[in-house]
Amino acid sequence: MRHILVLAGGLSHERDVSLRSGRRVADALTRSGSETYVRDVDPTLLGAIRSSRPEVIWPVLHGASGEDGALRDVLETLGIPYIGSKPASCRLTWDKPVAKALVGAAGISTPAGVALSHATFRELGAPALLEAVVDSLGLPLAVKPARGGSSLGLTIIRSASELPTAMVTAYAYGDIALIERYVEGVEVAISIIEDAHGEAQTLPAVEIVPDGGVYNYEARYTAGATEFFTPARLSSSTAASAAAASLTAYRTLGHQHLSRVDLIIDADDRPWFLEANVSPGMTETSLLPMAVEAAGLATSKAYADIVERALTTLP
Amino acid sequence: MGDSEHAWKGTAYPIVPLIPDDRERRLVMTAPGGQHGSRLDPWMQSYARRTTGMTASEIRALFAVASRPEVISLAGGMPCLTALPMDTVATTVARMLSTQGLTALQYGSGQGDPTLREQILEVMALEGISASADDIVVTTGSQQALDLVTRIFIDPGDVVLAEAPSYVGALGVFAAYQAQVAHVTSDDDGLVPQALEERIVALKAAGKRIKFLYSVPTFHNPAGTTLSLARRPQVVEICHQHGILLLEDNPYGLLGFKGEPYAAMRTLSEEGVIYLGSFSKTFAPGLRVGWALAPHAIREKLVLASESAILCPSAYSQMTVSTYLATCDWMAQIKVYRELYRERRDAMVDSLGSLLPQATWTHPEGGFYVWVTLPEGVNAKAMLPRAVTERVAYVPGTAFFADGTGQRNVRLSYCYPDPDRIREGVRRFAGVVQTELDLLETFGPYDATGRGAGPSTGVQSPAPDLS
Repeated sequence: MRHILVLAGGLSHERDVSLRSGRRVADALTRSGSETYVRDVDPTLLGAIRSSRPEVIWPVLHGASGEDGALRDVLETLGIPYIGSKPASCRLTWDKPVAKALVGAAGISTPAGVALSHATFRELGAPALLEAVVDSLGLPLAVKPARGGSSLGLTIIRSASELPTAMVTAYAYGDIALIERYVEGVEVAISIIEDAHGEAQTLPAVEIVPDGGVYNYEARYTAGATEFFTPARLSSSTAASAAAASLTAYRTLGHQHLSRVDLIIDADDRPWFLEANVSPGMTETSLLPMAVEAAGLATSKAYADIVERALTTLP
Repeated sequence: MGDSEHAWKGTAYPIVPLIPDDRERRLVMTAPGGQHGSRLDPWMQSYARRTTGMTASEIRALFAVASRPEVISLAGGMPCLTALPMDTVATTVARMLSTQGLTALQYGSGQGDPTLREQILEVMALEGISASADDIVVTTGSQQALDLVTRIFIDPGDVVLAEAPSYVGALGVFAAYQAQVAHVTSDDDGLVPQALEERIVALKAAGKRIKFLYSVPTFHNPAGTTLSLARRPQVVEICHQHGILLLEDNPYGLLGFKGEPYAAMRTLSEEGVIYLGSFSKTFAPGLRVGWALAPHAIREKLVLASESAILCPSAYSQMTVSTYLATCDWMAQIKVYRELYRERRDAMVDSLGSLLPQATWTHPEGGFYVWVTLPEGVNAKAMLPRAVTERVAYVPGTAFFADGTGQRNVRLSYCYPDPDRIREGVRRFAGVVQTELDLLETFGPYDATGRGAGPSTGVQSPAPDLS
């Protein structure tokens, strides 16, 4: 019987999502026969880890600290095995503009975009700079915080007049906003987990069709507000190229154990990389658990297998 | 499921098929090429229309962080129970249970414990109310009384008049019964009588059916204002003339910081007012004991409605309150609370004065809340994520309106954090506002009703256990 500590909560904007994800993961691992505990990340954590010495820690933390690599650096320092990607890999992924540059350089299409701080706008003047951005990227545009998940702070704009509001919305979540060309198409999420040999394998793509057209926070976490097609309604060749693109992203960013890659498939069947997630949502409405089940697996078994593989592949 | 049918086969997860764990299976699979996907909720088509708006919301999710000690929450409404003499309460309750346990743990009367109803008369006498214990219905917090009154009066589309802003928990009840809420202009002296009159006339001319005026006349949540003595009879008279019932919600009336309690609106009209009271702020919200005092015909319906909803309010809770009132110096305890909250009000208002000169705010003479109006163009809801980053929480003003207004407003509560935490919380809040003003200067007045910042993103009220 494995002794597993699940970390959930934290002080990020996505605390609520993390708490729900953490409980789901812990429930599944408990069903698989593990002894599982859930803890928040707070000043009592390190003492608790030292005294209880879990065999492995599964950080199910979303948002900063959970996904920016900092907490995983701490786990490295403590020498406790953990599930998920290494700190450096997290840092590259967490910063969306960096991840886009790396995955783009690996040959995967990613929407053209710019990452700008509020300070840049203040120095250069917002109207002129926004105009230049629209001239360069065209419309529509997606505006989002350069770091962060759950679509928090995301706005899709179809006219230039909506841009200032979208910028302010994104800056509420962080100092840098990513403005990128909005690629129309089929939105899919491809989850990846490692098989018994440590080989990354894609799970069935989940196609997302939110009622309001935009997969925002409400659409993500209100059961029923979004229609999911699993597997996605893609031709086999398109599905294969989407899976290949997400595997390229996974490897380029140096992920391990599990992650999720979000793509848009355009009208020409070309996959566009939007972002990757080292700590994908694991809630009752989240995409990775959906993909696991679509692959014919029970989440309890799949998560327990991830733990076993992680423990056997550790140096 | 045959693997060969699936496009993802080439990269499928190559594990021996398992016997699926039924507890985990959801309706996520769709036939290849199918026209309908899964919505994760097979009952999607079955919900009543009144569930519209019961959705996940960014705002509510952000409040999750406020429960962490690092965050100073000026968002909640929890009374400061550390001021209660807990040992005395514990001893008293233990004695009650050992002597009257068979009654306390049994079903009770649907209308409420007769002894407690007599004692409630004494409590209300402090606000000048004389009534019969027979016209009191004890409820599970006054929130349930709000629900019952709305249930027996509102058909979908009926109009409820309410102050602008209004108590978020009442707006939730009105929405659940598909009432249409019409806000009436309010200022530092509460509801504006002339605006009330005009609103009623306009609504009637438009063919609307107005059922009642919902008002928190004393130490308003969230506005922190009190309906002036001069306006009280005017409001009662306007309601009377137009045949509109007045629902007076008064949970904070005894928590004034100076002088005698205000006379309740109920003292001006016995037939036209339903009065709601509560022990949540004067004693303990965990017991969930409140009440409605209603004209007898209404009271009869309230009792039947309550029995159909909950059979009876908790006998144990009622007897705990009753024992507390009979054996403890509850008036002295209320004085302790008044002093405590006055000190905290001072800390908040003084800090606002020195740290947020760009804003205006109300000066509550009682209750729990200060209502802040930020400079033109600021969107309080849109800046909440930044506040969370800076470790301070508040409730955006839009939560207190049914029509999406209140974007420049926030409700700050001073009931729970101690004065030092309040000062630090206001300091952080002022920093958040300043950054928002900087953004405003850069990007010009922006239309913050857009996606992600608009009024339609689900439930915005914090959960009741938010500190």
